[in-house]
Amino acid sequence: MKTSILKFIVKRILLGVMTLFIVSLLIFAVTQALPSDPAEAILGREATPEALAALRAEYGLDKPLVSQYTHWLGGVITGDLGTSYATMTPVSEYISPRVSASFFLLLIAALGSIPLSIVIGANAALRRDGKFDTSSSLISLILAAMPEFVVGTILTVIFSTTIWQVLPAVTYLEVGAPPWSDIKGLALPVLTLLIAVTPYVSRVMRAAMVEVLESDYVEMARLKGMNERTVLWRHAMPNAVGPAFQVIALNLAYLAGGVIIVERLYNFPGIGSALADAVRSRDLPVIQYLALIIAGVYVITNLLADIGTVLVTPRLRTRLS
Amino acid sequence: MACRECLQVLIGVEKVNSGLRIINLRLNVAATGNDIVDEVNLTIEKGRVLGLVGESGSGKTTVGLAVLSHARRGVEIAHGEIYCAGTEVLGLDADAKRRIRGELVSYVPQDPASSLNPALRIGVQLMEVLEVHDFGGSSEARKARIKEMMAEVLLPTDDQYLERYPHQLSGGQQQRVGLAMAFACRPSVIVLDEPTTGLDVSTQEHVLKTIRQLTRDHGVAALYITHDLAVVADLADDVAVMYAGRVVEQGEVAEIFGNPAHPYTRHLVAAAPDIAGKKQIVGLSGRAPSPGKRPTGCSFAPRCELAADECREAFPPNVRISDAHSAACIKIGKRGETATQTSPTIQSVSQGDVIIEVRNVSAGYSGTTVVHDVSLTLRKGECLALVGESGSGKTTVSRAIGGLHREWTGSILLNGVPLRSAARQRSVEDRLGIQYVFQNPYGSLNPRRTVGDSIARPLLIAGISKSASRSQVLDVLDKVNLPNSYANKFPDQLSGGERQRVAIARALVSNPQVLVCDEVTSALDVLVQAAIVDLLGNLRKDLGLSMLFVTHNLPLVRSIADHVAVMSEGRIVEVGPSESVIGDPQQQYTRNLITATPSIERSLL
Amino acid sequence: MNTTLVEANFVDERPPGLFRQALKLRRTQVGVVLSTLLITVALIGPFIAPFGSTEYVDMPNTLDVPGTLLGTDYFGQDVLSRFLFGGRTILILAVIATSIGITLGTTLGLTAAYLRGRYDEIIMRALDVVLSFPQVLLSLVVISMFGPSNVLIICTVGLSTTPRIARIIRGSAIGVVERDFISAAEAIGETRKRVVFSEVLPNVTSALLVEMNLRLTYSVGLIASLAFLGFTPEPNAANWGLMIQENRVALTEQPWGVILPTMALALMTIGTGLIGDGLSRVSAGIDRGGKGE
Repeated sequence: MKTSILKFIVKRILLGVMTLFIVSLLIFAVTQALPSDPAEAILGREATPEALAALRAEYGLDKPLVSQYTHWLGGVITGDLGTSYATMTPVSEYISPRVSASFFLLLIAALGSIPLSIVIGANAALRRDGKFDTSSSLISLILAAMPEFVVGTILTVIFSTTIWQVLPAVTYLEVGAPPWSDIKGLALPVLTLLIAVTPYVSRVMRAAMVEVLESDYVEMARLKGMNERTVLWRHAMPNAVGPAFQVIALNLAYLAGGVIIVERLYNFPGIGSALADAVRSRDLPVIQYLALIIAGVYVITNLLADIGTVLVTPRLRTRLS
Repeated sequence: MACRECLQVLIGVEKVNSGLRIINLRLNVAATGNDIVDEVNLTIEKGRVLGLVGESGSGKTTVGLAVLSHARRGVEIAHGEIYCAGTEVLGLDADAKRRIRGELVSYVPQDPASSLNPALRIGVQLMEVLEVHDFGGSSEARKARIKEMMAEVLLPTDDQYLERYPHQLSGGQQQRVGLAMAFACRPSVIVLDEPTTGLDVSTQEHVLKTIRQLTRDHGVAALYITHDLAVVADLADDVAVMYAGRVVEQGEVAEIFGNPAHPYTRHLVAAAPDIAGKKQIVGLSGRAPSPGKRPTGCSFAPRCELAADECREAFPPNVRISDAHSAACIKIGKRGETATQTSPTIQSVSQGDVIIEVRNVSAGYSGTTVVHDVSLTLRKGECLALVGESGSGKTTVSRAIGGLHREWTGSILLNGVPLRSAARQRSVEDRLGIQYVFQNPYGSLNPRRTVGDSIARPLLIAGISKSASRSQVLDVLDKVNLPNSYANKFPDQLSGGERQRVAIARALVSNPQVLVCDEVTSALDVLVQAAIVDLLGNLRKDLGLSMLFVTHNLPLVRSIADHVAVMSEGRIVEVGPSESVIGDPQQQYTRNLITATPSIERSLL
Repeated sequence: MNTTLVEANFVDERPPGLFRQALKLRRTQVGVVLSTLLITVALIGPFIAPFGSTEYVDMPNTLDVPGTLLGTDYFGQDVLSRFLFGGRTILILAVIATSIGITLGTTLGLTAAYLRGRYDEIIMRALDVVLSFPQVLLSLVVISMFGPSNVLIICTVGLSTTPRIARIIRGSAIGVVERDFISAAEAIGETRKRVVFSEVLPNVTSALLVEMNLRLTYSVGLIASLAFLGFTPEPNAANWGLMIQENRVALTEQPWGVILPTMALALMTIGTGLIGDGLSRVSAGIDRGGKGE
């Protein structure tokens, strides 16, 4: 039984790696479909043909596509990501501090939203159609509908400019400085991300809990004389977390997209700001790498969720053996 | 059993006090205040089993749950008293209710597969009921009690078995675990809610035996809820019949089945097929009124051939027929024409031309063979029953004939010509020639399409014009005894029996030679089942149809089929005329199957 | 196996359509009012705007400018006119993009659910790859290559919506495909295309309607977000998303330039969101009521 789980995990990881490989191909294909010449983008329209050719040779842009791709992929694997066209610094050097800053932001948002969602969802399900359920569903609905930058702007109006001036409207964070050095500046970005994700996860948690609480085995547990705490924690919860895992994973990936907007809104120096800048300056190596990182977050969280679901669901776990 | 009255006088209230007593119970739909059940009075003595019989929607499960002082979402207990071993349970506070559940009164659910928690090992689920009621005092004592219970329900007692998860057990084993759990704390009252409904007859027989043993040995008062009269006859001491939320008749088993007093009970008994006798089952049209739509008088009056004006004025009082028998009817003793519909006489074994021939068919799913080398012949005008327990491969065979299952080898011939495997590859004539009627009428009709449109589709595909198809649709609706207006209805406006009639009409519209009926009555109540069987018999006679009737319901075979083929584990075990196969089975497997099938007639002997 | 008896579970009257039922809920009513209001502003706005969308009116960021109601923005343009012009593009692009996503997603989802097996696997794996890019990221990568054009925005938003819709539709179609009326249709020789589109599709309409609404809400948000990041076909386009970005710096001097578009986007998405929630509430009831197994 143990080895079969291991086998499943290995298989699932291989599948993830394959997805990442296809993702990398896709990113490369899209970015190579470039109508304009990156060399020209760097040097400008007035550049001499000689200078362009020299630059192309320098970046390997004159080589066939396949060898460009393998070279790029090799670079990604070994950590050599080439040079940013815009800043002329090595991509890894440019991106690394931003990646860690963003991950910190994501981590706080995730750590905050997951337990919050579970508590809200479970409570709403327990008192179904009660006051808490209807009001939480309405609030979460309203919050989930609005785009992040609208939520963020409203928060800015409320907390930093027009109504109260208690929190900074932008993050003052040096690139490379530890993200926690501006705790106050983190408040609004984290809050915005929390608002972007919590409603959705809590609604799914509620739905999963409602289904479980309506199940025959929960009724049976009550008819056996179990107290409500045991019914909830032993009989209901384990059956609700499986489906919730999947949604949490999906939303963590969604957060990775959300940071692009939120970082821009608060001038937070992370991958989102970097990506927006790179897109504006058509900084290919940076775009490619950031896209790969963000897609990688999705693939990995999904992988973990799949494995997690199997581990907490006996029916799936034992089917493997 | 001869003088229960005397016994009751002798032992008196004490005996009743140790059993179950329900007094004037009423439960409402919480939102509307309409009654789901009302005026329910039942008494079960210690050590006896009362069978609570009724069709779906009659309120029997609602009563059963009320015994545990539990009402489902949207249902409220309006008034009444329920005494379990002398303790009134409805008036208890939440904490006290929790304490009596599982200890004083326990519950065995209908579907063990969904009632055991999939995330918990069965040992844990057994242990927790002992722990929460602090049974035995110590963990060792509880462990010993679990082993004792597992042994009593005839399951392995080793620790490894207890480490299993519910899905690793068969349906019968799951239900045994449910029984072990229910008896674990030695309750005084136990409610069994159709505990054998999903099980095969042989498994059912064993589970019933265990239930009988446990209730007698431990002196438990058991409320056994079921729609299956034969099971009640086999297991119970007393019977209460429910109709539209009321108990219309109650008494000892022999009284109820031997001398049913209420017209509804008489119809129920007349509609139940029996393995022990060749019986013409008789159905009844109409349906029981749902809460909020019940008439002021007797709920059965609209369907009752004896109904008089006074029946419609007030609900009839309970009339005592004998010491152990009463019924809520003012027309007791008056016999009406119970057999309102004439049942077709089953034709003597026909010798028509062979219409379908199945030759050495093996079939499977993604490489695993589940049907091995099956050969069958169906003659013109004949009804062949294909009988078997779940997993016997009977449905796979019928689906292969209908062109719904492709993975098979061998040959299936229609009028001597081999058929292609998938329906879509077959010629229009072949496709129209064999029509399939599905088990579940709730799934076999497209809910977004009117009845008329659903029936007309085969015609339109065959290239018949819309206007021409219209008259044919009305024609077949007439054949299945549905009014023309039904053509414009949607499936969710119909009852199960009506839906099944529509499904049959859809099959008939293309003038088939062969009708493949796959468990067509298994999702229906017994009265509706009888009516459908009746309809099929008439159609066979009038239209000269040949029929393959796939079923797990052995008693039904006698009422419908000329020939029967018994399947087990993918092979045909025995074939022959129905009367001789069921009356005098040659194979051990068939014999076992027949003995395991409960029968009213046999039980009353 | 599970032969639940369901004889009593029928209804006599047929329930009214999903939307009509949803309209009985207060939240749907509020949603319809909000959406109608904002859609009207977005569509009619350009015709009643007092100034042109990029017309210079007066000193930038001035509140009381004669002839204007709410003053000028960062570029000296009339805030009210910019606002009245700013919703149309977002709305039209979102509607077209969502339609593309719905058409493709529904077709793929239904096909995967009906064909099962290998085809299902291939379709869903391919969609998974697209799904691994957050919508904003995908749009940004494509925009970075080709520059922001309306057609491109429609295509990327529509295509990135597709796998999300396909998953939902496949999910609800899987249950439908297993039901016997599909086998019944096959047995009478219906073509595959007909089975998918006239047997399966009508039975997933409630899921489809809910999803359509949800995706429209998100597409509005996404397209506005792209504008907020500065990616509009014209650099100074009148667009609520871009307006917020442009006027953010002067939030204290000229709040209307931010507050108006923010409120508009918030109310529009909340409005469609409320309708979607009403629909999904009612459809959950319908789905539960109709089936017997």
